[in-house]
Amino acid sequence: MKHSLWHKAVVNGLLIAGAFITLFPLLWMLSVSFMQRGEASTFPPPLLPAHATLANYHELFERAGMGRYLFNSLLIATATTLLSLLFNLAAGYAFAKLRFAGRERVFQVLLGALVIPGQVAMIPLFLIMKWLGLVNSYGGVIVPALAGVFGIFLVRQYARSIPDDLLEAARIDGAGELRIFARIVLPLLKPIVVTLAIFTFLASWNDFMWPLIVLSDQAWQTAPVALAGLSREHVQDNELMMAGSVVTIIPVLLLFLVLQRHYIQGLLLGSVKG
Amino acid sequence: MTEPRAAWLFATPALIVIGAFFFVPVLAAFALSLTDFDLYSLADLHNLRFIGFGNYIDILQTPLFWKSLVNTFYFVGVGVPLSIAASLGAALLLDSKLARFKGFFRTALFAPVVTTVVAVAVIWRYLLHTRYGLINYTLAHFGIAPIDWLGDPHWSMPAIILFAVWKNFGYNMIILLAALQSIPTDLYEAARIDGAKFVQQFRHITLPMLRPALLLVSIITVSGYFQLFAEPYVMTRGDPLQSTVSVLYFMYEEGFTWWSLGRASAIAFLLFALILAVTTALLRLGRRKGIA
Repeated sequence: MKHSLWHKAVVNGLLIAGAFITLFPLLWMLSVSFMQRGEASTFPPPLLPAHATLANYHELFERAGMGRYLFNSLLIATATTLLSLLFNLAAGYAFAKLRFAGRERVFQVLLGALVIPGQVAMIPLFLIMKWLGLVNSYGGVIVPALAGVFGIFLVRQYARSIPDDLLEAARIDGAGELRIFARIVLPLLKPIVVTLAIFTFLASWNDFMWPLIVLSDQAWQTAPVALAGLSREHVQDNELMMAGSVVTIIPVLLLFLVLQRHYIQGLLLGSVKG
Repeated sequence: MTEPRAAWLFATPALIVIGAFFFVPVLAAFALSLTDFDLYSLADLHNLRFIGFGNYIDILQTPLFWKSLVNTFYFVGVGVPLSIAASLGAALLLDSKLARFKGFFRTALFAPVVTTVVAVAVIWRYLLHTRYGLINYTLAHFGIAPIDWLGDPHWSMPAIILFAVWKNFGYNMIILLAALQSIPTDLYEAARIDGAKFVQQFRHITLPMLRPALLLVSIITVSGYFQLFAEPYVMTRGDPLQSTVSVLYFMYEEGFTWWSLGRASAIAFLLFALILAVTTALLRLGRRKGIA
């Protein structure tokens, strides 16, 4: 019995240590963001602010214009999520349930795209966006993300479980294809809609390289791009930078905490493709 | 409306987007990589010339490309095994019958995955600060002299690897945990009756049963880690002494700092070929051992 108690202590002790390592940087970021200017640049580094202040947040929003960047991020991530849901749900359903010539071949080509890293497309994509007049606009980030192979794949996997009889019965009753999609298919796909929505929102919010390339004008920049720019300018202002990190991370972290069951389900569904 | 007609109506919008903004650019990237597209061509397309494989030959003779390749292999070669080891360790702990508060621990260990890489890189840059950083402060308690993590070319890549492991291990942890939970418990029962200890059970049951999942996470992680970019962009700008310039960072600089879009496209294709070669080799290796 003593043996098993010792094992229990080791397992739980290691878990506590692991959680400490993952959570500590995030908690400390929060603490430093409330410190006075320069307080965090002392030795030994303080764990808690001596006199908590909101000065860094004031400066972040009033002088560094963080409000605008967060708004840009929110707008881009929301629009990308809603529009790409529409495109991916329709296409995923078509590939799963509707019969048409060349369905399997087209789908195979789409899956093949998954091995190509997105960065290969970025340089011509920049020229296309320039030609379309979408550089330095929300459209420059939203338009290329309107549909994605991963999203279509996820929806297709899930939609395959919809019984054909159900769709046939609706057709016999005289329902049109659009009506069947809206009234019968969409409600059945609800769990995967939530999963895909949170996946897309998080990916869009956290995306860095493409927004960095296509949004060079500060007015349109997303929070991560602006934060990277700020961190290159304000190398010494640790307290200000931590406040910037807090406001960038908190929205996605909260969203994840609320919907984590759906997120993890999507992660597992998406990884079975291997 | 007939069924095939409806199908095309539903699928076409997405296919147009993926075609126009992914497949066309990928093909165009290859065409671009065969030209000397630069700032002058950007202003006037008449300045564009076809130069065959000139960019590829040129890049293979550029010392910084080889440096970036070595750096990237360093990051992948050390970072991937460390990440997967951390993921496997965490998954085993979470799968243990002895673990309490599993839901909380799973969320806590997974949290870094959903955070914004730029924002947490900013935190880590501060944690790794030579004088005020908590990491050196902690090491000092063990009598280790301050390390100039991001300023010393020997330590910059290890620092970025440490950060990447922290940020990413939770993802594979979830996949491995699901694989662990699908191992039939009677296998362990039988082993226990035969008197097998934990280490023996791990070697003869857990590890063989996990092989397909391990192959999967290796491939995902390898191709992800070859695309290293945001970490050096925020934490080191490729310095010190270009010790953290990755292939993708090199491509970004060539393309969007110097506007050599032809050369940058060629770098992108070299990276693609590299990723494809390494992941295919991994898959072959897995097949030969009878997995997947």
